[in-house]
Formats: sequence, C-alpha cells, structure tokens
Amino acid sequence: MHELGVVFYIIKDVKAVAEENHVDHVSSVVMDIGEVSTVVPHLLTDCWRWAADKEEMLKGCELKINTIPAVTYCDNCKKEYETVKFGKTCPHCNSNNTWLLRGNEVEINSIVV
Amino acid sequence: MQPMEKVKVIEIKKSVFAENDKDADNLRKELRTKGVYLLNLMSSPGSGKTTTLIQTINRLKDKIRVAVMEADIDSDVDAVKIKEATGIPSIQLHTGGMCHLDAEMTRQGLDNVALEDADLVVLENVGNLVCPAEFDTGAVRNAMILSVPEGDDKPLKYPLMFSVCDLVLINKIDVMPYFDFDLERCKSYIRQRNPKAQVIPICAKTGEGVDAFVQWLLNEVNSWKTN
Repeated sequence: MHELGVVFYIIKDVKAVAEENHVDHVSSVVMDIGEVSTVVPHLLTDCWRWAADKEEMLKGCELKINTIPAVTYCDNCKKEYETVKFGKTCPHCNSNNTWLLRGNEVEINSIVV
Repeated sequence: MQPMEKVKVIEIKKSVFAENDKDADNLRKELRTKGVYLLNLMSSPGSGKTTTLIQTINRLKDKIRVAVMEADIDSDVDAVKIKEATGIPSIQLHTGGMCHLDAEMTRQGLDNVALEDADLVVLENVGNLVCPAEFDTGAVRNAMILSVPEGDDKPLKYPLMFSVCDLVLINKIDVMPYFDFDLERCKSYIRQRNPKAQVIPICAKTGEGVDAFVQWLLNEVNSWKTN
C-alpha cells in the first residue's frame, strides 16, 4: 500500500549512488523484495514508472525485482520451513516459537549504468 | 561504427528503510536531549484514536504538558476536535496523499510544536494498519488501538503492526457482547506476534480503563526524562 513512498526512497538512494559514481543515467535498478515484505511487486513497478520518468537521470530506467522466498526458523525443533505455506506455526513440531529468517527484505541490490 | 556502450553494475545492497531508520534514531536522540517523549499512535480509521486521546489528555493535562500532532491525508477535523475538547496545542499535518509518516515528515511536524513547553507529544498517525508499521517515525514508543468491531483476529492479519507496537489498547470494550470478540483469544494472538506488547482494554466513550493508559504514559514520560 505504501509502494509510492518506497519508490521515493529508492529514487533518493539511487540518485545519491549515481552521483557518487559520476553517472548521468541509470538503465536499471535491481531490487531484492522478500515474499512477506508487504511491498507488492507490480504496484512497485507501476509507481516506479510514474515517478522515475520525472527524473532526468532515471528516464526509461527499468526496475527489476528479485523475489526472496520467505523462510521461518523454529527455535523448538531447530528446523526451517516455508513461511507463506505454514505461517507462524512450525509444520514439523507444531510450535509457535518461530521467527522469520528471511523474506521481509526491501533492498536495493544494485544499479546498472 | 558506434563504440559499444559500456555496462557497469554498481552494488548497493542496502535496505530501502535504512535511511529512514537512521533519521528516526537521530530524532529520538534529539528528543532525549530536549526531554520530550514522542508517542506514535496507530490504528485503523474509526477505531477511536481521537476520542481516546481526548479522554486521556483531559486526565493528563494537569500533570504533564501535552501536545498533539494529527496526521491525515486531508482535512483538519481531528486537530480542531482535539483543541476544542482539551484546550491543548494541536497541529495538523498533511501527508500529501501518502499512507504513512516517516521520520523526516515527523521532524517537519515537530518544528511547528513548541517543544520547550511539552513533556509528551502524541503523533496520531494516518489510520492504516499496514504502511505506518514499516516506517520508524522517531517516536520513543509505538502504540496502537484495536477496536472491538474490527475483530479479535487482526493480530494474525496485520502481523507487522502488532510486532512493532509496545502497547495495544483494545477500545470499545462496552460493545463486546454484540460482537464475536474474545478478549483472551485476541491477547493470545498478540502475544504470538509480540510477547513483549502490553495490552490495556479500554472504552474511550465511558472512560473505562483510560486511567491505566494514563498511568502507563506517566511512567513512560517520567522514565524517559530521568534515565
């Protein structure tokens, strides 16, 4: 729901890195987005297109998204499982003593110039 | 022949929220120096944030100095309502269409509050259980209101919101008999998401339970100022 806000953050960071590297145009930005990150990939790319084209440096710049599968770790039986399929409760031992190992990332991986 | 365009990849590997988290930490440090406690209050639209605040502030204002920042996409109805009902300073922030506030917007709002005359500033965030949870505002603590008509299953549906809150107020407990809302079940769902969260059941309309929230705030503000 807050994809536009996220896009503004990405633009700010990307512009800063591009300027540091004396780059005048960025051709693509690669994002790592976790499956349970609350960011919806197709909304992010829609907002990106709208906002990026307003920036000289980012006109036509493509936003590529790597999806990071969500994995939860169980402290009780020390096993990992798929978060999206099983949620908070461990499918191996039924414990709720679990925590998200990865899958909530909203990260800028790299830019291509 | 055109020279081949060189392609170069620059690695960044940085969370999009990193910059905001840094701003938020800086803001918290400044507030600590000034002895001002900022509470970020979140909830769905219509959960009773403004009514709860009015009840709470009227019991607090003789004990500590309170100011309120209302954040909404549009209008100033909440800021006006707070000012009229409590007489304390209240300002309205517009998020310009955004569904949340970040640390930078919070700082801009605080620039318009007389911080030297405030012990506690309450930030009433945009009514939304999703986006505000992602953005650290720089507040000392996060609190949220879940109202009975919304249902006791909300901690399962909006896990991030419940996991970032230090305090959950369960509001409108007077209508519990008319809704299929099980307080104990709700508390156990909250504990699953966040074992550290405190839960205070209240009814902002009748005032039931509000004293417990007032006491929580007084303790919090006091320890922020003295530690």
